Amino acid sequence: MRLDPRLSQTIMKALLWTLTGLTLFILIFIIVNISIKGLPQVTPEFLLEDPQDMGRAGGIFSTIVATAYVTLLAILLASPLGVGSAIYLTEYTREGWITRIIRFGAECLAGVPSIILGLFGFVLFVMTLGFGWSILSGGLTLAIMVLPIIIRTSEEAIKAVPQDYRLVCYSLGLSKWQTITRIVLPSALPGISTGIMLSVGRSLGETAVLLFTAGAALRTPASLFDSGRTMAVHFYILAREGISMPNAYGTAAILMISILLINIVAYGLMQRVMKRYS
Amino acid sequence: MKKELFIERVLLFLALSSIGALVTITVFIFWEGIPLIASAGLKNFLLSSHWAPTRGHFGILAMIISSVFVTLGALILGVLLGLACAITLAEFAPERVKILLKPTLELLAGIPSVVYGFLGVVWLVPLIRDYLGGPGLSLLAGSVILGIMILPTVISISIDALSAVPDLYRDGSIALGATNWQTVHRVVLPAASSGIIPAIILGMGRAIGETMAVIMVAGNALKIPTSVLDPVRTLTANIALELGYASGRHREALFATGIVLFVIIMILNLTASAITRRR
Repeated sequence: MRLDPRLSQTIMKALLWTLTGLTLFILIFIIVNISIKGLPQVTPEFLLEDPQDMGRAGGIFSTIVATAYVTLLAILLASPLGVGSAIYLTEYTREGWITRIIRFGAECLAGVPSIILGLFGFVLFVMTLGFGWSILSGGLTLAIMVLPIIIRTSEEAIKAVPQDYRLVCYSLGLSKWQTITRIVLPSALPGISTGIMLSVGRSLGETAVLLFTAGAALRTPASLFDSGRTMAVHFYILAREGISMPNAYGTAAILMISILLINIVAYGLMQRVMKRYS
Repeated sequence: MKKELFIERVLLFLALSSIGALVTITVFIFWEGIPLIASAGLKNFLLSSHWAPTRGHFGILAMIISSVFVTLGALILGVLLGLACAITLAEFAPERVKILLKPTLELLAGIPSVVYGFLGVVWLVPLIRDYLGGPGLSLLAGSVILGIMILPTVISISIDALSAVPDLYRDGSIALGATNWQTVHRVVLPAASSGIIPAIILGMGRAIGETMAVIMVAGNALKIPTSVLDPVRTLTANIALELGYASGRHREALFATGIVLFVIIMILNLTASAITRRR
C-alpha cells in the first residue's frame, strides 16, 4: 500500500517544522536559562571586585582583565598576519600552487581542535620557550586559533570591493600598494572588522586552549609573563568543582551575552557590506 | 618598483604563516608523542584498553571506542535536527522567515562549549539519571550535547548545498506532477548530497575534537562502554584531564593520544574538502 503523496507531504512538512521548532527551542532555552539565573548576579560589584575565596565570594574583575589581555594580544598578532595573507591571496597572485598551499594551510588550521592547540601551546610556548603559564603563551596560541577566521573573512571582504575601484586608481597613476592602502583596504574595512569581531567572540569563549597555556591563577596579571585565569576558564572551574553556582551562572551570563552581541553586530556589519557591493 | 617587490615579499611571508603554524603544530605533537608509541609499540598503544600511565600501561582502545560512539550518537541527533532545519529553511520557509531564522540558528555556534557542558550537567544529566537510570554522566549525555553543538556546522553548510541546486530541477519535477516533498526528497536532496556529506563529515570532526563539554557530561570512566548509559572517557577528555599533572612518559602518552586525534580529524577534514572540491 502506498501513502497518498499529498498526505505524506503534509506529514513530512509537519515533522520538519516540528524539528526546526525544537532546535529553536533549544537555542532559546539556553539563552533564557543562563540569562534568568545569571543576570541577577551581575551587579557593578560583581564586575569590579576581584574573586575572593577561590571564587566563592567577590566578583570576576581579575578574570575580565585576563580575558581582555589574552584576547587583545591574540588579535594584535593575528590581524596583521591574517589581513596580510588575505591581501596577498586576493591582490598579488593568480590561483596556483602557492595559493593552494596557503589556502590548504588555513583550511586545515581551522579544523585543528582546540585541545590539540592547547597541547601545542603548552609544549612550545609554556615549556620549550619557557614562557610558562602566561598571558603571552595564551595570546600566542589563541592567535593561531583565530588566524584562519581573519584570513577567510578578510579575503571575502577584499574580494567584494569592485574591480572598478582599482582600475580608477591605476588610471590616476597610483601604485599597486597605494591602491591597496588608500582605496581597497578602507573599502573592505567593515568586512575585515567582522572577522576581527568573530575572532574576539571565539577567544572569549575558548577554554581548552587557555587552561593549558594561560593557566588558572586568580591574581590580576601584571605582565605578559603572569598567569591569568580568563572568564571562560573561571566559569569552568566554578562549575566543575561546584565552588559557587550563583557566581558560575553570573560569569556564564556575562560571557554568553557579550559573545552573542559581538556576533550579532559582526553579522549585521557583513550584511551591510555585502548589500553595498552587490 | 623595488619597494613594490619588497612589499610583495613581505606579504608572501605573512601569507605563509598559516601553513607554517600547521607544520609547526604537526611537528611538535609528533615529536613529543612518537617516542612513547615507539617504545610501547603501536599495537599495545591502540589495541589495549589498559590505561595506567603511572605504572607503565598506555592502552587507549577504550577511549578510541568511546570517542567513536559518542561521535556517532552526536551525528544521529545532529544530522536529524540539522538536516530538518536546513530543508525547512531552504525549501519550505517563506523568504522572510529564512532571513530571520538562519542567522538566529547560527548563534548556536557562538555559545561557548563550557556553557553547553554546564547546562548538560544541570538539566540533561539529572533527566537521564532519573528516567533512564545509570549515573546520568554518560555516553548518551555526551552524544546529546555534542549533537546540539554540531548543529550550526551541519545547518549552515547544508543550507548552502540545498540553495546551490538550480531551480530548474525543482521546476522540472513539479511540472511532472510531483509534490514539493517528493521534489525535495527525490530530486533536490540527491542533487545536494555532495554538499551535505561534507557538512556531516565536518560535524563529525567537530564532535570528535570537542573537549570541555564532553568532560563535563560524559563521566570520564576508563572502560569500554557496554551501554549508552555508561560513563565514558573520550580521547580529548583524557588529554585535558591529565595534562595538568602528567610528566615524563605519562605526558608523552598524552601527546601520543593527541597524535591519534589529530590524524583522525585531519583525515575527516581532508575527505570533506576533497568531496567539496570535486563538485
